[in-house]
Amino acid sequence: MTPRRHSRVPLTYILRRLFYAVLTVFGIAIINFLLLQLAPGDAAEALAGDAGTADPVYMENLRRQFGLDRSVLEQLGSFLWRLATLDLGYSFRFNRPIVDLIMDRLPATLLLMSVSILMAVIGAIFLGVIAARYANKLPDRLISVGALLLYATPPFWIGLMLIVVFSVKLGWTPTGGMYDIIAGNTGMAHALDVARHLALPAATQAFFYLAIYTRLVRAGMLEVLNLDYIRVARAKGISERRIAYSHALRNAVLPLLTVVGANVGTFLGGAVLTETVFSWPGIGRLMFDAMFQRDLNLLLSILVLSSVFVVITNLVVDLLYTVINPTVELK
Amino acid sequence: MMGRVATFLRLAARHWTLSLGVVLLTLVLLAALLAPVLYPADPFEMVGPALQWPGTLPGSPLGTDSLGRDIAAGIFHGARISLMVGFVSVGCALVVGVLVGAFAGYYGGRIDNLLMRITELFQTIPQFMLAIVIIAILGPSIKAVIVSLGIVSWPTVARLVRSEFMVLRERAFVQSCIVIGMSDLRVIFGQILPNALSSITVMSSVLIATAILMESALSFLGFGDPNVMTWGTMIGMGRSQLRDAWYIIAIPGVALIITALALNLVGEGINDAMNPRLRKRKI
Repeated sequence: MTPRRHSRVPLTYILRRLFYAVLTVFGIAIINFLLLQLAPGDAAEALAGDAGTADPVYMENLRRQFGLDRSVLEQLGSFLWRLATLDLGYSFRFNRPIVDLIMDRLPATLLLMSVSILMAVIGAIFLGVIAARYANKLPDRLISVGALLLYATPPFWIGLMLIVVFSVKLGWTPTGGMYDIIAGNTGMAHALDVARHLALPAATQAFFYLAIYTRLVRAGMLEVLNLDYIRVARAKGISERRIAYSHALRNAVLPLLTVVGANVGTFLGGAVLTETVFSWPGIGRLMFDAMFQRDLNLLLSILVLSSVFVVITNLVVDLLYTVINPTVELK
Repeated sequence: MMGRVATFLRLAARHWTLSLGVVLLTLVLLAALLAPVLYPADPFEMVGPALQWPGTLPGSPLGTDSLGRDIAAGIFHGARISLMVGFVSVGCALVVGVLVGAFAGYYGGRIDNLLMRITELFQTIPQFMLAIVIIAILGPSIKAVIVSLGIVSWPTVARLVRSEFMVLRERAFVQSCIVIGMSDLRVIFGQILPNALSSITVMSSVLIATAILMESALSFLGFGDPNVMTWGTMIGMGRSQLRDAWYIIAIPGVALIITALALNLVGEGINDAMNPRLRKRKI
């Protein structure tokens, strides 16, 4: 047995990844800045939106706040500075600072994200392992066709159909919202109430990921099941079931980690549809409201923060990957 | 003649994904082409009493929505918009993506580094959100939808084209072209690109499916062109009748599934036909 090195991930690698992450955030900020320049009229008009913006004092405030009287480079500098200090401005449509608005909505989105991704991963491992064990036989064919169909189905439509079946026809679940405001539940009753409201949106979002995850698990399992160590396990007489679930699965789900990480990252931006269909009070729903109200500043703030969230999760996944899979080569 | 038909049928059965995909796609294409013939009137026009279930109203086999508009007319006209948006936006993405990917993959080094950093930057920004913001800036029109979908699709093209080019440029036939002094542009577009076309075709069909689904999502949310009847718009408008007229959203949804499925099957089918070795390994 070789002695274990105490630090697997070299410091220079971490530092380089951190440097790139900062660079990426910088790039994202510039893209956002350019998007704002694309808007017709000056940025203040675009930011104020097209309804009820006659107030000249408000416009003057906006112009000063965004430094529109200064040069483009200075504007970019102040834009980056405000981003770095999380000073995203004030939403006049919602009458609140934008940071507060977003932070208020974050927990609902995080709850929806963790539950739905967990559901998708469990379902995909179950289906993917079955498909790989019966490769090119009937169960595999059925699962493959199901995955193909699911992949071609718009997720918001699945959500609407789930409402038709489970809320309208069966009456098991509410049609939207996060909890019953009138009931005023507390403690355990409140948690159960939220769970009932969460079931359909989480399932909708999970279906969206299930098709991709199942394919990945199946492909990973088929790859691993051909390796020598599995043959050894078979030769030792270990049951096929144990080989699949405890020997092969560990190595087969590695590719899944990257994709799950990417999905976690884009979730803040990806749940717009599900949250709108189910009136789930998260970031996606806030984005829809901002769009509806033509609150461009709020829209851009959500876009920037979501992108930064992606950068952070990508960084975490990369670092995690080197810990979980020691054979990966660090570039 | 009979022999040819038999061979064709055997081939079609062997590549059933491709065959099914082509059949379904042809149906959708036919619907798009026949829309102005079968339903010359504006699909926004009222044709009969509101909320008629499919099969109850002669002349409107798929029923009517809450404003008495013919759902079948919407489906046929929607097919035109869906295909048009899908093909045009992916076409734009191909132009940008192929250029970026080809130069990055062919030249490598610093050019590659710079181009790929920019590509990754665009991939970091959540796609659907970016599309929404671009529409917010450009205003809701079919052009804005196409531009936004093109902008979110090109990075995928660039990455695939780059990896194809990196492999192909090391091959002997490319190296010999370089040795005999062929210009870079001729090598890139005359030699390497034709050999990368099969992968690009496979990817394009999947990208078109994704673009069509995203377009439907945008118009479902009400961010699309308000003057154009699309499947997403129909689903969005049917939401308020979810309780007693769910067919209004079910029918356009099925149309979307068929279209996206057809494109995915075609992509997968071409992929299988091109790489028979991989057929066993991939789904």
